[in-house]
Amino acid sequence: MRWLRHDLRRMRWIAVASVPAIVLAQTAAAQVAESAARPTGIFNSDRLGLLVALVLICGAVVGCILLARTGRPLKIRKLAALEAVDEAVGRATEMGRSVLFVPGIQDMTDIQTVAGVTVLGRVARTAAEYDARLEVPTSRSIVMTAARETVQAAHFAAGRPETYNDNGIYYITDEQFGYVAAVTGKMVREKPAACFYMGAFYAESLLLAENGNAIGAIQIAGTAEPSQLPFFVAACDYTLIGEEFFAASAYLSGERDQLGSIKGQDIGKLMVAAVIVIGCALATVGALFPATGATGAVDALRSFLGG
Amino acid sequence: MLQRTIPIAILSLSGIILMLAYFSPLTTSWGETVLGWFNVLAAVAFVLGAGNLLRVNLERISAQRSGWAYSAITLVSFFAMLAFGLLKLGAVPSEKHPDKHFAGAYEGPTAPYGWMYEYVLSPLTATMFAMLAFYVASAAFRAFRAKNTESILLLGTAFIILIAQTAAGMFLTGWIPQDSVFAFLRFDSMKIAITEYIQTAGMRAITIGIALGVAATSLRLILGVDKSYLSKS
Repeated sequence: MRWLRHDLRRMRWIAVASVPAIVLAQTAAAQVAESAARPTGIFNSDRLGLLVALVLICGAVVGCILLARTGRPLKIRKLAALEAVDEAVGRATEMGRSVLFVPGIQDMTDIQTVAGVTVLGRVARTAAEYDARLEVPTSRSIVMTAARETVQAAHFAAGRPETYNDNGIYYITDEQFGYVAAVTGKMVREKPAACFYMGAFYAESLLLAENGNAIGAIQIAGTAEPSQLPFFVAACDYTLIGEEFFAASAYLSGERDQLGSIKGQDIGKLMVAAVIVIGCALATVGALFPATGATGAVDALRSFLGG
Repeated sequence: MLQRTIPIAILSLSGIILMLAYFSPLTTSWGETVLGWFNVLAAVAFVLGAGNLLRVNLERISAQRSGWAYSAITLVSFFAMLAFGLLKLGAVPSEKHPDKHFAGAYEGPTAPYGWMYEYVLSPLTATMFAMLAFYVASAAFRAFRAKNTESILLLGTAFIILIAQTAAGMFLTGWIPQDSVFAFLRFDSMKIAITEYIQTAGMRAITIGIALGVAATSLRLILGVDKSYLSKS
C-alpha cells in the first residue's frame, strides 16, 4: 500500500502543475469545434465588438487592482453565506461530526470548480483551526489532487500542518449518479453537521441538498448554474448566487488586489447596464418613430456585439 | 517555489495564447495544441483516480471499517468492468476479422461489458434520477409555504404557472376572449408574461453577472493574483 501512496504523491505534483492548462482547455475545445468554418487573416473582424468589450472589462478589472494597490479604501458588502462558514464548522466541531465539502461534478476545466476549490481553502482552514474532520469526495481525479493541495495549504496557513490527512479527500467516480449515490449514502450513514456544495452542479443538486436537509445539517451552497440555483435556495440555509460565487474567492482572501478585482467587476456591470439602457432607448425610439432610423442603430449595435 | 511558479506560468501563457487564438485565425492552431495537452493530462488523471479508488477501498476492507462491504462491491465491480472492457472478454467476433479476438465488439448488450452497462449501470443511474421527482416535491412543499411577502409572491407565481400548465388553466379562464381587455387574466397569458418577461429578465441579469464573474476570475488567475489553488508547501 505504501508504494501506491508514494507514487500517487509524486503524480500529484504533475497533476497540480497541469491544472492551469486544463482550466483553459475547454475554451480551446470550443475553438476547435469552430475550426471547420475558420476565417483567415491576422484578425477576425467579426469579433471586434467582443474584443472591445473584453478590453473594457479587463481594463476595468486591472485598473481597479492597480487602484487598490495604491491603498484606496475598498468597501465590499458582506456575503452572509461566507460569514456563516465559521458557524457551520464550529457547529460540526461541537457535535463531534464531520464537515462535508462537495466541489461539484465537473473537472478543473470548469471555472466553477476552480472557484469551489478556492472556497474549500477557507473551509479547510477553519476546520483545521477548530480541529474538525473534513471530507471532500470528488468526482474527478484532478479535482481531488487540487483539493488536497488546497487543504494542505490551509493547514499550513492555520499553523497546523501536522493535522493534515489526505485520506479525507478522495475520488469516487466520474459517473454523475454513481457519485451522488456514494455521497448521499455517506451523508445518511455518517450525518455530517455541515455540508458545503460549491461548484458546477446539475440534476444532482437537489438530491444532495435535500438529503443534507433531511439529516439536519447546516448547508451552504454556491453555483453559477442558473437552473440549479432555485433548488439550492429552496433546500440550503445560504446560497452564493452566480457572481457572488466567483467573488467569494477574492472576498475570502482579503487581499487588496483581489478585492480590487471585484470593484472592476462592478464597473463591468455598469458598462453592461449602460449598453442595455442605450439599446432599450434606441429600440423604443425605433418602434415609436420608425423614420428616425433608430431600428437600424439597434441592429448595428447588436451586430457589433456579436448578437 | 517551483510548485507555485510553474503552474502560474503555464496558466498565464495558456490564457494569453487562447485569447489570441480566439481573435486571430493565425493562432487558432495553438488552441488545438492546448487541447492535445488536456488529453494527455486526462490520461494521467485516470491512473491517479483509479489508484486512489483502489487505495481507499483496499484500506477500508483491510481495516474492516464500517461500510467495508460496499468497498468490496465497488472493487469487484471495478475489476469486472475493467477486465471485460480491456480484455474484451466475451466480445462478439468481428465479421471482417473473425479470428482476431481484439477486433470484436464489446459495447453491445450481447457482450458481457455492454450487458453490464445496459442492464446494471443504466438502470441504477435511472433509479437515482427518478428519485429526483420525490425530492422536488419535498423541496417545493417547503419553499412554497406562505411565511412572508416574498414567499407569498413565490407561491402565487408557482400557482399560476402550475394551473396554466394543466388543462385547468384553459377550463377556468379559456372563455375570456383573447382580444378583450381582460385577456391578461387568462392563465396562459399570465404564464407567458411571467416566463417571457419577469423570469427571462431575472435570469439574464444572473447570467450577465456570471459572465462578468467568469471574466474577472479568469483574469485573476491569468495575472497570478489568485493563487489559492496552489500549495504553500
